[in-house]
Amino acid sequence: MLLYFVFVLGIGFALKRYMKTSKDFFQAGRALPAWICGLAFISANLGAQEVIGMGASGAKYGIATSHFYWIGAIPAMIFVGIFMMPFYYGSKARSVPEFLRLRFDEKTRALNACSFAVMTVFSSGISMYAMARLIQTLHVFDYLFISAGLPLGYIFHFSILLSAIIVLGYIFLGGLTSAIYNEVLQFFLIIAGFLPLVLIGLKNVGGWSGLKAHMPNPSYLHSWQGMEHANTNPLGVEVFGLAMGLGFVLSFGYWCTDFLVIQTAMATDTQENARRVPLIAAIPKMFFPFLVILPGLLAIGAVTPHNTTTVHTDASGAIVRETTVVSEIEAKGQGLVPAKADPISGKIVLDASGKPLLDYDLAIPSMLLHYFPTGILGLGLTALLASFMSGMAGNVTAFNTVWTYDLYQSYIHKGASDRHYLAMGRWATVGGILLSMATAYAATGFNNIMDTLQLVFSFVNAPLFATFLLGMFWKRATGNGAFIGLISGTVAAVLHHGMTLPIEAHPGLHGGWITVVHHYPSDMAQNFWTAIWAFSTNFLVTIVVSLFGKPKPESELVGLVHSLTPKPELGHLPWWRRPETLAIVLLVMVVTLNVIFR
Amino acid sequence: MNLDLRIPMGMMFTLVGLILTVYGLATRGSDIYLKSMGINANLDWGIVLLIFGSMMFLLGRAGQKRAASAPPKPVAEGEIRRGH
Repeated sequence: MLLYFVFVLGIGFALKRYMKTSKDFFQAGRALPAWICGLAFISANLGAQEVIGMGASGAKYGIATSHFYWIGAIPAMIFVGIFMMPFYYGSKARSVPEFLRLRFDEKTRALNACSFAVMTVFSSGISMYAMARLIQTLHVFDYLFISAGLPLGYIFHFSILLSAIIVLGYIFLGGLTSAIYNEVLQFFLIIAGFLPLVLIGLKNVGGWSGLKAHMPNPSYLHSWQGMEHANTNPLGVEVFGLAMGLGFVLSFGYWCTDFLVIQTAMATDTQENARRVPLIAAIPKMFFPFLVILPGLLAIGAVTPHNTTTVHTDASGAIVRETTVVSEIEAKGQGLVPAKADPISGKIVLDASGKPLLDYDLAIPSMLLHYFPTGILGLGLTALLASFMSGMAGNVTAFNTVWTYDLYQSYIHKGASDRHYLAMGRWATVGGILLSMATAYAATGFNNIMDTLQLVFSFVNAPLFATFLLGMFWKRATGNGAFIGLISGTVAAVLHHGMTLPIEAHPGLHGGWITVVHHYPSDMAQNFWTAIWAFSTNFLVTIVVSLFGKPKPESELVGLVHSLTPKPELGHLPWWRRPETLAIVLLVMVVTLNVIFR
Repeated sequence: MNLDLRIPMGMMFTLVGLILTVYGLATRGSDIYLKSMGINANLDWGIVLLIFGSMMFLLGRAGQKRAASAPPKPVAEGEIRRGH
């Protein structure tokens, strides 16, 4: 683990020499190879929510979780590569909010830049908090602290500080290049740590057929079974809500507009490479379910630990009884997923019918602890920590770019020298990390803060994609339309959430705080439909307001709108090297996967 | 960019692989492998990482040599970025 930290910072130092202009720092000089950016593209998203969350959903919902990949991410990544990247890259915008200014106007950009900057800081803070909590739960540093004679209560602070210093170190020194390089490193590390886990876990339950036999419910291994109606599948969503909400609005909104991932594609040297980045990224992404969802399934399928006594005779002939005692939390769980314990009283939390609730978030960590012997366990834990850090780093670099270019340079201090902005970017990194730490500590004080923040993000993000879609493909769309549309989309999301409630939830944070008009079968269904409402509202309002306004002259929109931009010249590339060919291959592959696991 | 990522990455995985392999060899037949169904996970995975790491390293070295022997032609700013 120490080795990893040394290398991470070493890369930062090695790259420091090359950071001479703000372009080097914020945009990696636009000179990185496509495969590196492609891996960083998915690695930026491979943060805490991804690894822990997907493992948790795998244990909870089964293979249907793969819809997040095979219906959600992959088609969206293909779309951004084929259709949207030419506008981002070709418009010479340096960030996503800057694209909004070029296409629409100053106020739309300010709205997007502010909300985005706030969100990145909070998400990296949440990552930090989750990581520190996990380190505490897994007792990673306990031995270190006991031998140093320090109280165990300091572990939380130590973990936060450690992650902050490391991420700060390499971004401060090497900027986006360093963040991207480290994300790629983390990508391979995560594979190196989790692949043996999947292999050993599969062997333990007896391969795929053994896994089938151990599932609590046969539909766990089928992603499409029972999707015709919301009540007959574990997600509680019907086909339309799934395809429209997750497949279209949420995934396209995330992969096509979030600067966190787009920034890595914009760091490549040519437009073709920028378009290839999301497509290259889609290949490993397609197989990620086997790496992050499968461990969750394996955890549920494994034998629940219980107290065992083994009797054997030792060398001297004496009879030895060995008793392995497992804690109550583990014994009450299912498979290797432990029951949920109350963080304050330590008691097991029960649901309404008296059965213990399961702590799905611990599915992957407890798999690691159960199957890995000393040695490779260190690698597994490092991989877990790496996943947290790669999520944090992506957020921080996105924050410093948007802050420096879209807020500082545009509104606070115009026309300063490039050196000045480079220094500003470095200090924005420090500021971003400090704010993240503040968020992490705020999260310890208020139990619900994480859920609340994520809820607010979903309100802000849900309508975004409609603005980009109209902006890029409809030349009549105006700045006023986009601005009012965005706001009303968010309002629609808030209202929808306030008036609906998943069954089995109390009004409050889960919705229904205005009045309950409609019940959804699950919170996932509610989530998808909130996004659908927000998107449609934004779409319609933008069109209506735009029709009343005066559009920008066409000469200003060249390179920003589809119909006014010359097609990217690809004549010099043989057909098999064009991005479109790769996209078709990807589509065929993803359909095949869906058919195999239907 | 002058630093090829494959070189430091290859170095890291080679080192990790080496450590795991040596540790795996030293603990052959030990009780710690009861956890992993009797598979010596350290040794096996250590070798895999060792191979992966050294391949990355060699590829990176080869790539850098190629770049050094054929310096890229200077192209005017602007042209190089547009990509067509």
